[in-house]
Parts: sequence; structure tokens; C-alpha cells
Amino acid sequence: MRALLFERSLPRYAAARIAGAVTPGLGGRVGPLTLAEVDEPELPGPGWHRVRPRLAGICGSDLATVDGRSSRYFEPIVSFPFVPGHEVVGELDDGRRVVLEPVLACAARGIRPLCRGCAEGRIDRCERIAFGHLEPGLQTGYCADTGGGWSTALVAHESQIHPVPDSVTDEAAVMVEPAACAVHAALGAGAEGTTVLVLGAGTLGLCAVAALHHYATPSSLLVTAKHLEQRQMASELGADVVVAPGEARRAVRRATASLRVGGALSGGVDVVVDCVGSQESLADDLAVVRPGGTVVLLGMPGTVMVDLTPLWQRQINLRGSYAYGTEGARRTFDLAFDLVAAAGLERLVSVTYPLDRYRDAIDHAANAGRRGAHKVAFDLRGEKHR
Amino acid sequence: MTGTRPGFVLEVDRSTPPVLFHAGEGFHLERLPAGSRVIYPPEPLAPLDDPDSAIRHALLNPVGDSEPLSALLRPGMRLTIAFDNQAVPLPPMRRPDNRQRVIEAVLDLAAEVGVDDVVLIAAHGLHRRMTENELRHVVGDRVYDAFAPQGLLTQHDAEDHDNLVLVGTTAEGEEVEVNTRAATSDLLVYVNVNLVAMDGGHKSTMTGITSYRSLRSHHNVHTLQHSRSLMDPGRSALHHSCWRMGRLFAAEGPRVFQIETTVNTDTFPKPFNLLQKREWEWTPRDRVSFMAASKSLERAPFSVAHKIFHGIKSPQKMTSVQAGEVEAVHALTTEHVHRQHLVAVSGQTDIVTMGLPFVGPYNVNSVMNPLLVMCLGLGYFFNLYRGKPLVRPGGVLILSHPTPWKFHPVHHPSYIDFFEQVLPETTDPVEIEKKFEEDFATDPWYIHLYRTSYAYHGVHAFYMWYWGAHALQYLNGNVIIVGGDARAVRRMGFKPASTLRDALEMAEDVVGRDPSITHFHCPPIMLADVT
Repeated sequence: MRALLFERSLPRYAAARIAGAVTPGLGGRVGPLTLAEVDEPELPGPGWHRVRPRLAGICGSDLATVDGRSSRYFEPIVSFPFVPGHEVVGELDDGRRVVLEPVLACAARGIRPLCRGCAEGRIDRCERIAFGHLEPGLQTGYCADTGGGWSTALVAHESQIHPVPDSVTDEAAVMVEPAACAVHAALGAGAEGTTVLVLGAGTLGLCAVAALHHYATPSSLLVTAKHLEQRQMASELGADVVVAPGEARRAVRRATASLRVGGALSGGVDVVVDCVGSQESLADDLAVVRPGGTVVLLGMPGTVMVDLTPLWQRQINLRGSYAYGTEGARRTFDLAFDLVAAAGLERLVSVTYPLDRYRDAIDHAANAGRRGAHKVAFDLRGEKHR
Repeated sequence: MTGTRPGFVLEVDRSTPPVLFHAGEGFHLERLPAGSRVIYPPEPLAPLDDPDSAIRHALLNPVGDSEPLSALLRPGMRLTIAFDNQAVPLPPMRRPDNRQRVIEAVLDLAAEVGVDDVVLIAAHGLHRRMTENELRHVVGDRVYDAFAPQGLLTQHDAEDHDNLVLVGTTAEGEEVEVNTRAATSDLLVYVNVNLVAMDGGHKSTMTGITSYRSLRSHHNVHTLQHSRSLMDPGRSALHHSCWRMGRLFAAEGPRVFQIETTVNTDTFPKPFNLLQKREWEWTPRDRVSFMAASKSLERAPFSVAHKIFHGIKSPQKMTSVQAGEVEAVHALTTEHVHRQHLVAVSGQTDIVTMGLPFVGPYNVNSVMNPLLVMCLGLGYFFNLYRGKPLVRPGGVLILSHPTPWKFHPVHHPSYIDFFEQVLPETTDPVEIEKKFEEDFATDPWYIHLYRTSYAYHGVHAFYMWYWGAHALQYLNGNVIIVGGDARAVRRMGFKPASTLRDALEMAEDVVGRDPSITHFHCPPIMLADVT
């Protein structure tokens, strides 16, 4: 089968890191990602299904991997070579369409008894993502045994698949995974009735805006957006105020009637949902959140240098928000399906590419905002095996 | 007055030399199409020979229902002297400033009588506080050193609610809330410099020493859309409101003794004085100076050009002084202003062009940010008419200014937020007023900066936009800015153009081919009397 394969190659990884630093997305041309003919992954055991991807999104974490920006933290929890792609709507052998919930937790790994997290339905807190009968890999798309969405076939455990109703388009379905990340963050942020700033309006930021608007109903929702299309979309999805990134501190100050103390605010928003995860955004987070407020890291951060003194002095809660699991009695993915439909998130899929134009696809995704796009995805529906 | 030539309207023909356009901290020459008109201001009136004697004469020979100042002064009384701030005149005049001369004369009289409870108030309303240098420049070192160290040279604080008093409410519901010291004095002397016809009269006290609670009565979109023009107080709803409030203050508050002065339009010192000459009268030396200056300024960093221009002290001089009852005084003042500024113009044109200079009332020693460009162009220059606007209904206004996306962070903090957070949502003054004004006006950070730093009040940015509300409505958005930062220009809902030629071509889309064009050759300041 045809697949985009990410191999362990230190020289090429270094080349990607250099190229990606110069031009985002350039790592896709010089790095360890190649289009290859490979064997289809074998079904690891009972309860597993073959999934033929129809659409597979390109996510910020994928781009970080391709451009060599991923943290070394991931090294023990991925296995090479892997096929990236964890935002997937695909088709089972019997023709049913499914969305992939990519976390490879205890159930998929055949681990019994379940770890504490999985026992509570919180696969996002699984303690066994490097163990069991699969190679290490926190998700499909980072595991050598399962394949990934950027190919014509992958394998998925029954715990990972969600049927897609006929009324839901592929474009809507491929948005369910990022929407689930956003729902999980929105519900975990304690944002009900509070002032919230969403930092960043890429796909994840926009999904966070929609999720907060639908599930958390903050009293005031501010968003920073770099590009015009992002600004417009953020407003359409429920933002009360949308400003440029450089304007965040002033906008928050005004919205919260705070005073300024040096570069920071005396008060600030109750919650910041950081969908960027950069050194600069973290500094902004700490500058604009009120004393005792909460910063939620939804965008994948890396190794950053940040002065944590304000975190200490202002007693700020800093928490990560990774993936999804259950939110009370419902699975996050079920809530995400509802959100995608209610907010019309399929409109975020701006453009699709075939696998053999993967370099263009990566370029486009890495520069999506500047080029007026949101989500860029691979369209596997026309690949030869069909 | 002998030798002072009146303003006039030139019709451009093929022999007409290129015409000067101001453009912030720079200027350029433009060749206008044949048939265009250029309106030139009157030449500067001759100043008073002996302004100090004229001041003393005015104080002792008041106009209207008022006794001489000497008769109003008595030992043991509370005397308060309020004076206009650094917003006038423009550029700041050379020392001694009119206000220094007048205040010294008033203080001399007070000293002769033995008045020792005297307080001075810089009547800056919601403007920023004045710096020590600015105060020294306006009142002079002698007054400053005598009063400031003892805390007797004060600055009006429109947010010091312990020191504001509600004098009353007009029949129209306008609340007159005034600085307590001024309101509870036995005599309030107001010292004005009347730069344009909009200034002075009851507007002096009703903007300078009141609060947001009062100012909102007339500094609002409805009033400003019905001030046609702002420079024609008889047809200005803003002035009508100020007059109602001022009359209430005169009836219920302290006795007010108004002293108004006018200045001539000798605006620029050497070597910039050629900017107020008519181009065909430039000498070869003027032309060389102009070329050298304009080329140097083009190449100079902004900070250098800014420093050069904002160091200018204008040679303008006092042309009249009158004192006594507010309305009688102001009637005379207005005559003097008109004598200097009025230019008769027959008919409107499709397009009006204006070159905006480096300074307006709100960026003295500061930065002309985009909102101030809008205010100067659409608020002040557009309104420099009597009768009807220079541009016809449905016409186009072309302004020349670099309009940098640049703000003075200390002076204009709320302007930055207005520009970043309000204008992207709407440029409609009515919508802006309804949705945003109250929040900005009561924002504790802006209030803190206004009171303790050198910031304009949080609501002041809104007043800049409202000041242009009449023009915005009249022009229906047909405003082009030549040479401006395109992003900043578009943010305000205007169209950017690289050159005047481009702007004229763009304007033809609105007004059709072969439009009639008028260039308003200002500064020096003038008032077009359009019939």
C-alpha cells in the first residue's frame, strides 16, 4: 500500500529541523517523511479492524514532527517507522464509515487490568501507552504497529472506532478528533460563566472557541487571531472579541477593567486556553490571567524558557489538556460529533490533497493561516486500492 | 492692518506653479489640474503694538454687563484663574504666551488690592495633564515659580469626584458639574487664547473645568452631527449646549470674568516661513530651501523629523484682547477671528484636497496617530467653513498625511485600544457611542493614567471620532488619504492612495470625469465662507 512513512533518521531529522526553522513545512521536503510502498499493517488480534482512511487531517503536532520540532519527551512513547495521521475518517471492510479515536490505551494494548486512568474512562490519562502487545505509541499515527491516517490502510481496535451516521459528511467527520480535543479542554477549564481568552485561532483554536461557546458558555470570550479569515471564523463561532496576537494584553486589560503592572495586568481573564504552546504564548498566558486563574495548554508545547515567577506569585493554575476520554457520563467523541454538527465545523476543512502531493499539503498546512485556510487534509478516497 | 492682503481663491492655469501640500512631518509640491481652485488664507494681521497695555486696558474697561476687574477684586476673596491648556495655539507660540501676559496682569491687579487666596487651574478638561515645561511655557517662569511649589498652580481633575460640584441641570437635562474650587470662588477669571472660531465663550469653562458627566451632554454624536459647522457657533449644536450650560453656570455659579485673546496667523518661523507664502512669490532662495528641506526630511528618520517640527515655536502674536462678561467678550473675539480667518468662496466642488500638517490640538509634543489624523482632517479642516462645506454633497475629500500606525503610549493609551478593538468592529460613530463609550469612559486604568500620568481620558479617543461625525455622514465614507499607511487608513474605513494623481483617479469613480477640484491651502488657518 502507499503510505507516508516517518523513519528514524537523525541526519534527515536534523535537516528537517533546520529547514522547518527557516520555512515552516519545509521539513516535509528534506526530512524523514517519504512516500513509500509498504505492507499493510497486520491485525494485532481479535477486536481489531482494518480501516481504509477516506480523509486524514494534518494537525499541528504532525507539523511539529515533520519539521523536527517535537520534544524529545516523545522518544520513548513512539515507535519507528510510523505512518502519521491521527485525525481520520475511514471505512471498515464491511463499508461502514468510522472516525478513529486514536489514543492507544490499555484496551487497545490488551492490558488487563486497566490502569487507573482507563478504569475511569480517562484514556487521556492512560499509564500504559508504551506497553502491552503493541509497540510504544501514544496514538495511532505514532505507533509502528498500527499504521496511520496518511496511508490507504491502518488497523484500529474496536475501542477506537466510532460509527459515522450517513448524514455526516467525511469533511465533518474528519473534524471530530480535533473537536474532541477542544471539547475536553473546554469542559476541563472551569470556564462556565467566566472570562476566557483563547490564544491562537488555527484549527484547534477555532474548535476551542466553538467548544467553549457551546459547552462552557463563558461570560466573555476573547480570541487572538493572526489572519483575517481566522478572525472572521472566530467571530462566527462565538468569539465576543477578536484581536491580533500583539493586542492580547491590551484587549484583556480592557475587557476585564484591569490595571497594568509593568508588562502584566493587575487582574485578567479567569481562564486562558493556549492553543499555540510557544514560549511567547506562555508568557502572554501568565501576563493576562488573573491571580488564581487557570491556564490550559491545549496546543502542544515544546521545550520553552518561561519566567514562572508570576505563576508562583499570582497562584496561577497551569494545566495541560491532552486528547479526550469521557466527560461525566458521555464520551468526549460523542460530544464532539454534536459540536461538529451544531457549529458546522466541516467548513474548517479548507483544502485536500492526494498522497503524492504530500509536500504541497504539508506546505499548505504549515502556512494555512497566511494562505486563508484552516484545516488541510489528505483525501484518500481516490487512491488506487479502491 | 495696512499691507495685510486678504485671502483669495486662485484659479489654476498652466502657468500656476505646483502647490504646497502639508503631509505630517513633511510637505510636497503638487501640480493641480488646470481649472482647479486654490484657497489661500489671508496674510497675518498686524499684531497689537503694546499687548500688555492692551490687556490692562481690557481688564479695566470690560465689555458687557461687567465691572472692571479691579472693582471685582477685594481682600479676603477667593480668586481662581483658569486658563486654556497646551492645545492652543498651534504650533505653541513663542514666549511670552498670551496667557502669561494676561495672568501676570490679573495677578498684578489682585496684588494691588491685596487678594491672597489665589489658585490657578489648567483647564484641560479631559485632555492630558500638562508637563512642567508646558506649564512654564504657558504661564511663564515667574508665575510658575510663585504658585506651583505651593500647590496653587493646579490641573483640573475631571475624575476627582471629591472636588467636583453639581451646579445645576439645564432644562434640556445637561448637568453642569464643575471643579469645586472654581465653582466656590468669589470670582473665576478665565484666560483664553482663541485660535479658531470654535474656541472660547462658554465653551471655555464648559469643557475646561467640567467632567465627563457634563461633557457627554455636548461631546456626543448627535450634537456633532448637528454642528454645521463646529467653526460656526451659531449653527453648532455643540455650542448651543455649551451656551445653555454656561448661562446656567453664570446664573448659579461664581461670577465669571472672561478674558479672551486672539492671535494672528504668522504660523511658521524661519526657515519654515516659506510655507505660508504663496508659491508664485517664492524667491529662488525659497525654492532651494524648500527642496533641501523636503529632501532632507524624506531621508531623515521619523524621530529626527518629529523633533525638528515639534521644536517649532510659532511667531504668531496677539491681535486683540477683550474682557468682561462671557458672551459680550466672545462676540468681539469672534469678530477678530473672522477678520483674520475668513475667505469668501463661491460654490462647492466635487473634490476638496487638504494637506494635513504635523500638529493638531491633541498631539502637541506628541505623536499624530491615525485617530488624530482623522480628527484633524474630518473634524477640524473639514469644518473650517461657514455656510456650507467646500465639498459638495456626494463629493470626495482627499487628505495628505503619512498616517503612521503609531501611538504615543503615555499620552494616548485609550486611543490604541480604540484603534485595535473598536474600529475593526465598526466605524459608525452612532454604533461606537452606543456600544463602547461607557466602558472606555469608566475604565479604571484610563482613569488612573489620566489622573496620575499624562494620558488623555479614556473617552477622549471617542471624541476624536465624533469630531469627524458630521464629515463622515456628509461624505458617506468618500475619504482618500494620500501617502498614508494603507493598513491604518483602511482600518478607519478610508481609502489609501500612493499619490495625488492616484487619489484623483480614484475620486473620479465617485464624482465622474473632469471633476471640479479645490485645494484648501491650510495652514495657516482660515475659515472658508462658502456661498
